[in-house]
Amino acid sequence: MQDKIRQKARELLSSGAVKVVIGYGEGTGSRVRALFIQKPEDADRLIMDERCVQNLAVYLTKHEVRAIGKPAIVARMHVIRSINQLTYEEQFNEGDIAVIGISDSNEIVDLPDLKSIKEYAAGNPLVLTAEEKADLGKLETMTREERWNYWIEELSNCIKCYACRASCPMCYCPRCTVEVNQPQWISVPAHEIGNVEWHIMRAMHLAGRCVNCGECTRACPVKIPLRLLNQRIIADIAVNFGQSEEYALAAFNPNDKEDFIR
Amino acid sequence: MTDKKIMKKGSLDELIKKLKSGGKRVFAPVEKGGKILFEEVDSASAMAADYVQTTLSAKDVILPRCEEMMRFTTGQGTVSMEKAPDMPPPAVVIGVRPCDARSLAVVNAVYLKDYSDALYKSKIDNTTIIGISCAKCDEYCFCTSVNGNPGDTEGSDILLTEVDGGNYLAEIITEKGKALADSAPELFTAAGGEDKAKHLADVKVQFDVRAVTAKLPGMFDGEVWITQSLRCIGCGTCSYVCPACTCFDIQDETDGNRGVRLRCWDSCGFGIFTLHTSGHNPREVQSQRWRQRIMHKFSYQPDQLQVTGCVGCGRCSRACPVDMNILQHIKEIEAQ
Repeated sequence: MQDKIRQKARELLSSGAVKVVIGYGEGTGSRVRALFIQKPEDADRLIMDERCVQNLAVYLTKHEVRAIGKPAIVARMHVIRSINQLTYEEQFNEGDIAVIGISDSNEIVDLPDLKSIKEYAAGNPLVLTAEEKADLGKLETMTREERWNYWIEELSNCIKCYACRASCPMCYCPRCTVEVNQPQWISVPAHEIGNVEWHIMRAMHLAGRCVNCGECTRACPVKIPLRLLNQRIIADIAVNFGQSEEYALAAFNPNDKEDFIR
Repeated sequence: MTDKKIMKKGSLDELIKKLKSGGKRVFAPVEKGGKILFEEVDSASAMAADYVQTTLSAKDVILPRCEEMMRFTTGQGTVSMEKAPDMPPPAVVIGVRPCDARSLAVVNAVYLKDYSDALYKSKIDNTTIIGISCAKCDEYCFCTSVNGNPGDTEGSDILLTEVDGGNYLAEIITEKGKALADSAPELFTAAGGEDKAKHLADVKVQFDVRAVTAKLPGMFDGEVWITQSLRCIGCGTCSYVCPACTCFDIQDETDGNRGVRLRCWDSCGFGIFTLHTSGHNPREVQSQRWRQRIMHKFSYQPDQLQVTGCVGCGRCSRACPVDMNILQHIKEIEAQ
C-alpha cells in the first residue's frame, strides 16, 4: 500500500504532472505529519498507516501550497469527500488537482477526474458509525437544561484559538464571519456568550457540508467534543433533507412547508 | 534571601485551607476531561496527581483570555467612562512549573518595563506563585536549552521540590513568599541539607540559545520559514498555550448606548493579526507569521527586553494539531 503510494507519487512528480504531492510522513516522536513532496527521490518519505488521519484537504486551499503548483493529494475517504464538497462549492476546476485515492479497505483507487471523485463519494455516502450514534443518543437522553449545561461547561474551556476553523477543509473563507466587524455579528472574546455564538455559528455554516472527519475535535487543544455538534446536524439533515446534493442551508424550494421562508 | 524549609506533603491541604480562609483565591492544576487546567481549588485532594505539564499555563490568572478594561456610556455627543469593577481577591497559584514561573520575566518585561500596565500590575502584585519542581519531563521539554532548569527558582515566590520521606523542600525566595510562609509558620520546619538536585528531572541541553539568537537577524530572508511552515494551518493554539505569549486585541462590546472594553488574547499566527484597514497585510502568508513567532521570541525580545521569549515548556509542540515542533525547528535553525 505504502509502496504503491510512493510509486504513484514518484511517477506524478517525474512526469511533471504535478509539482507537489501532499501526503503523510513521520513526524516527531510517534506523531505523523503532513509532507509536501516536491522531488521524486523524496517520495519514499511518504507513509500510510492507521495514524494517518489528518484531513489533508485543508492544504488544497492554502495559498502557499497552491503557490508551489499543481498538487496531488493522498486521499483517504474523508479527504475524497472533502474534495467532492469543495468541487461542489466551485473551489476546483478540472485539472487543478490530482488525487491518489485510498479506499476504506486500503486499496488504491483510481480517481482521474472530478467526475470520478463525485461518483466515488456518491457510492460511499457518509453514515455515522454505531458508536457515533450512541454518543449522540446519550446527548438526546439529557433534558434541555442538562444539554445546555453540558455545552456551557465544555465551551467554557474554549480559548478562541480557532484551531477548529484552521484545521477544517470546509473553513476556507478568506474572511470568516467572526472577523466581520461592521457590524460585529459574532462576539470575539473567549467569554461564555462569545464561545457559544462562535461554535453555534460554525456548526450552522457546516450544515450539510461537514464530512465528519473529526479534525476539529482532534485539533482542539482543550478537547471540546465539537464533532458532536456537527454529527447532530448531519443526523438532522439526513432525516429532513435526505442525501440531497444541495446543501441544506443554501437549498430553496418555493414549495417549502415552512411559511417563513417563502 | 532564599530560606530553605521543609513542608510535609500532607500540609499542602492545610496551607490551601488557611489561604482560602484568609480570603485568597487558590489556583492549582486540576484534571478535567483529559486536560490539566489551573482551576480554583478548596483542598489539595482536588489537585491533579501525575502530569509533566498542564494543558494551559497559569497565564489566565494574571493575563486572562479576556478581561474588562473599562465601561462606557455614550450620549448625545458625549462618552462617559468608568473604571472596570474592582479587582478580584488576591490569588495564590500552586503547582506552577519552573519554566512557567520563568515566563513571568517575559510577561513582566512586556507589561511593566517601558510602560507599567495598571491592569496587569494590579494582578501580578496580587498573585503569589508557589512553584513545584519537575521530577520528570518528556520529549517536548527543553527548559535547560533556554536558560532554565527543572528546579529553577526564578519567578516563583516559593518553590517546592518533592524530596524523600513525603516532604517538600520549600525554598522561600521572595518577600511575597516569606509573607505567605510566615502566615502559616506551623507548616514549615527547618531544612537539613536535602539534596535537591537528585530529585529533579534530567532535561538535556539541546541547542545553544545564544548562538540561535546571534544567527537569526541574518536569516530573515531564508527559505527555512517556508519549508518549516508549509504544514502550519494558522491557528492560534501555539500562542494561547504559551506562557510567554503576551499579544492582545481590544474589543468593544456594546448594548445600546452602554459598552464594555475588553482585552483579549491574540496570536501572530492569524492573518488578521497584521491586516491593515486599507486591506494591505504586511504578513500576507503563513511563513511570514511563523518567522515572526520565532524572531520575536529568540531575536527581538532578547535584543529589546533582555529576555528569551521561550521557556521550553513544550506546550506549543504538544498541542499543535499539525506537529509544528518548536524544538526541532530551532535545532534546524541552529544547524543552518
